[in-house]
Amino acid sequence: MDLKLKVWRQSGPDEAGGFVAYDAKEISPDMSFLEMLDVVNERILEEGGDPIAFDHDCREGICGSCGMMIDGVPHGPKSMTTVCQLHMRSFRDGDQLTLEPWRASSFPVLKDLYVDRTPFDRIIAAGGYISVRTGSADEANAEPIRKKDADAAFDAAACIGCGACVAACPNASAMLFTSAKVAHLAHLPQGQTERYTRVLDMVETHDTEGFGNCTNHGACQNACPKGISVDYIAQLNRDLFRATVTTAADPVGS
Amino acid sequence: MELNARIPSGPVEKKWENHRFEMKLVNPANKRKYDVIVVGTGLAGASAAATMGELGYNVHAFTHHESPRRAHSIAAQGGINAAKNYQNDGDSVYRLFYDTVKGGDFRSREANVYRLAEVSLNIIDQAVAQGVPFAREYGGKLANRSFGGAQVSRTFYARGQTGQQLLLGAYQALERQVRAGTVTMHTSKEMLDVVVIDGVAKGIVTRDLVTGVIERHAADAVVLATGGYSNVFFLSTNAQKCNVTATWRAHRRGAGFANPCFTQIHPTCIPPSGEYQSKLTLMSESLRNDGRIWVPKDPEDKRKGNDIPEDARDYYLERLYPSFGNLTPRDIASRRAKEMVDAGHGVGPMENGVFLDFKHAIERLGKDRVSERYGNLFEMYERITGEDPYDRPMRIFPAPHYTMGGLWVDYDLMTTVPGLFAAGEANFSDHGANRLGASALMQGLADGYFVVPLTIGNYLATVTPGSADTDHAAFADVEKDVKQRQSRLLDVDGTRSAASFHRELGRIMWENCGMVRTAEGLRSALQRIPELREEFWRDVRVPGTGEGLNPSLEQAGRVADFLEFAEVMCWDALTRDESCGAHYRPEHVTEEGEARRDDENFAHSAVWEFMGVGEEPRRHTEPLEFPNVPPSQRSYK
Amino acid sequence: MRRVVNLYRSSVGKKILMALSGLILFGFIVGHMTGNLKVLQGCEPAVAGDHAAGLSVASQTCAIDTYAEFLREVGYPAVPHGAALWGFRVLLLGAIGVHASAAFQLWSRARAARTQGYGTSKDISFTYASRTMRWGGVILLLYVFYHIAHFTTGQAHSDFIAGGVYHNYVVGFQSPLILLVYLVANAALCLHLFHGLWSATQTLGANHPKYNHLRRPVATLLSLVIFVGFMTPPVLVFAGVIS
Repeated sequence: MDLKLKVWRQSGPDEAGGFVAYDAKEISPDMSFLEMLDVVNERILEEGGDPIAFDHDCREGICGSCGMMIDGVPHGPKSMTTVCQLHMRSFRDGDQLTLEPWRASSFPVLKDLYVDRTPFDRIIAAGGYISVRTGSADEANAEPIRKKDADAAFDAAACIGCGACVAACPNASAMLFTSAKVAHLAHLPQGQTERYTRVLDMVETHDTEGFGNCTNHGACQNACPKGISVDYIAQLNRDLFRATVTTAADPVGS
Repeated sequence: MELNARIPSGPVEKKWENHRFEMKLVNPANKRKYDVIVVGTGLAGASAAATMGELGYNVHAFTHHESPRRAHSIAAQGGINAAKNYQNDGDSVYRLFYDTVKGGDFRSREANVYRLAEVSLNIIDQAVAQGVPFAREYGGKLANRSFGGAQVSRTFYARGQTGQQLLLGAYQALERQVRAGTVTMHTSKEMLDVVVIDGVAKGIVTRDLVTGVIERHAADAVVLATGGYSNVFFLSTNAQKCNVTATWRAHRRGAGFANPCFTQIHPTCIPPSGEYQSKLTLMSESLRNDGRIWVPKDPEDKRKGNDIPEDARDYYLERLYPSFGNLTPRDIASRRAKEMVDAGHGVGPMENGVFLDFKHAIERLGKDRVSERYGNLFEMYERITGEDPYDRPMRIFPAPHYTMGGLWVDYDLMTTVPGLFAAGEANFSDHGANRLGASALMQGLADGYFVVPLTIGNYLATVTPGSADTDHAAFADVEKDVKQRQSRLLDVDGTRSAASFHRELGRIMWENCGMVRTAEGLRSALQRIPELREEFWRDVRVPGTGEGLNPSLEQAGRVADFLEFAEVMCWDALTRDESCGAHYRPEHVTEEGEARRDDENFAHSAVWEFMGVGEEPRRHTEPLEFPNVPPSQRSYK
Repeated sequence: MRRVVNLYRSSVGKKILMALSGLILFGFIVGHMTGNLKVLQGCEPAVAGDHAAGLSVASQTCAIDTYAEFLREVGYPAVPHGAALWGFRVLLLGAIGVHASAAFQLWSRARAARTQGYGTSKDISFTYASRTMRWGGVILLLYVFYHIAHFTTGQAHSDFIAGGVYHNYVVGFQSPLILLVYLVANAALCLHLFHGLWSATQTLGANHPKYNHLRRPVATLLSLVIFVGFMTPPVLVFAGVIS
């Protein structure tokens, strides 16, 4: 099959960008979307051009490196699927596709479709962990955890940090990402000690990193390749409210 | 090259304890004066950096990814072993030790393996305390499953995403130390060389992948946790960016490379669908519990799988191994699949797979039960191939997956270059000639949480802190090398992409140094690799400049190193004139057609010394002794 | 107070304040709608000597006029005449102020968070309503000004009688143009509530796996009740059923 691509090209973070048209010819429906781009890039290289830059790594939908807007939808038309797992059989011969990077002030474009998502690391560093020194852990089976809590924690922890939620959000908010980590740890007994300081610190960093705020559109959930639910955002809100109006997050007792 | 494993004295059960007592300690107040560099932030790197940060060292962690969480440990599916014996099925530290040595086909170091089994207990405790959501039983206790043919259930798992959850635990611990200021995180920085001053590792040179700036970083010790080299085959289950550059550059600077030919092939991957194929996707081995593997008896039989009647099918594993059937170990299942495809029985549009059929399982268990067990894997298969495994047999083929070989390290995980440590898949230490399922995560975390952070102190206690200086002439020399190599790559201005060379190298390696290695094939590979390397340097085209983000340049540098590394791998396979574990030389088989070890001549680790590009490397050996686990010949008939 | 300030400082806190102020306004809307239904009760001829009702239109007593007078009298004599009403008005004004200023700040934050927009974009939000909240809110605010001038202070009314609520109401809705204005405004209000009510449960973290599936239907039902409740009497007026 043959497709036409309109791809955002931008040579550097401070350069102006624009759309450039490419033909993707003789594409097999069994190719993944990124393999299709590999083929296009191989051709660009043969013709002496600079290949389209995009981040990618594991190509099995778990590392969270890849991601781009395909016709205005993060990771393209197939739900619960990262762009590396999206296959060309989801498209038709002659389709015209627009490829754009994630757009958010906090995710500056480094080149073409490649953006910088390091603010996510800083949100985690603000409190997305349980403080336990190596070697200081209790015997693993000492504290039973209800299966449903462990499962719920896992569901939230399945986030791959790809940034599709930010890209999809009309406010460029990273609240789904932040809440997934807050909820993961809040579902576990080990996460209780720091539960309320964690939510305050993570939301504060989320804000200072320049992400927008959540206004409950739900676009993030629909864009998320791992199906992370906006219910976690509700939980984050509740925890933050509690942390603010009660003494739960106060550093010292009175 | 001196190979002193520095194995502590005493019985194997006491060695680690004795050693911890005998090790020199760094005064707590002095720890922050020591700079330690950790390269790689997968399970081993992230856990090591976090733990050393907690101990008070001044840690600098490097990753070529934009975030530590993208390391390929994240993709591990199955689980992590630990000798907890929660199932009361007779497991113990000693049994895990025994199984690992035996599984490694007696080519690993007993003392290291015992320590691994010992600290496996602590890993689970640590991970649970960090909030890793392992699978649980209804009573709230941790669940286990049996994995990869083990006779006991000792594998802990978090659905099919155990690697992801463990890595996120280590990553969060790492970010916690970043916040505490003990770890400085250097993301998007690729290590391109090690700096060795007077024979001692004192730093690294990196390229900032975003700005293109080549930087010098000095430290009192360097830990490489940069993973394996399965991508030498081009097509593997490894991520696109996995590479050999860090360990290869360390090797060029004097670190011995041990057993590079020990590479593991995973039997249940999705076969390539065309020339454009960029990677292979692994599906959990658990599929073999209920699926039946077969090929058409007649190579000319081109009917669809479902249309081939029972009497025209060859369930070859069940035929050859009546007692183990479809559950034969990874290497055997892989090799037999390749034999079938090579003999023309391959199925699928490219005739490059064998069938894995669930028809009988669905008849026996019902579609719902099958879906309950394998639903997510079936979904993944359908997403990639567009075929529904409930209706028609899956197609599978083996793919390179893990590399047991790596930098040679002593008991303290220090390479032959003092001050240079290697952890996780990057070292060669614990798995011998073959790795048990669910042991990779265990080893990465054992090294990172519990071994390197302690043993590095034993080394640092002998070093004056802050003795390294980036103004030293050695740093300038290495930086010059790195810059020259980069401009050489950019200046070739040929016609072919680095990827096309990589694909060609992969084909040579897969055919000659893959699942089956013959002396003849290896010799031809040793002839063709230098030719290909020469062509690469004559005809590669790397667009753009060294400034700013340039993925083509990154890739070309990695392929260039694979083109050098591939040779030593073939040398190793050629000179290991026996079959053992995953290393299969058809010249050495038992009457039953199985790998035959030669303990008399090859009960050792082969350690290679770099003698120059294109020069035959020098082979050294570290003899292996097995006082606790007497070598035996395995049989799966 | 420090805690409230802290709450206001964070983006989530702003949303929480927005949800709380929104709920106050929703409470008012429910009361207002219920009160309006008194129009359906119509009027009765005035009883001689009863001065409490039908101040201007002395010939009859209208239920809604009585009700309006009652609102002014609430709390008297404990508080001065009309004070409770004014107190409530101040509360509403405050709620509108918090609601609108938080909305404005969140909007400007969101603008700063994405300075470069998409060339092609597709709305994948749960509902269309969520994308109309900001402009819908502005429209509602303008409508409130008009509405006050129309029925409370009378400048925008062709035949306004102070205290003659029933009269003003019936006269007002005899014009098709005015009916249309109110129809559009109430549709906007309905849309605003449809998302806003669901959104408030989300923001206040009032979610529970057992009841989550009810949040959307309940929000839909409530916003429709408000729409029907507000628009039934005017339509009846326009149709001539009420005069």
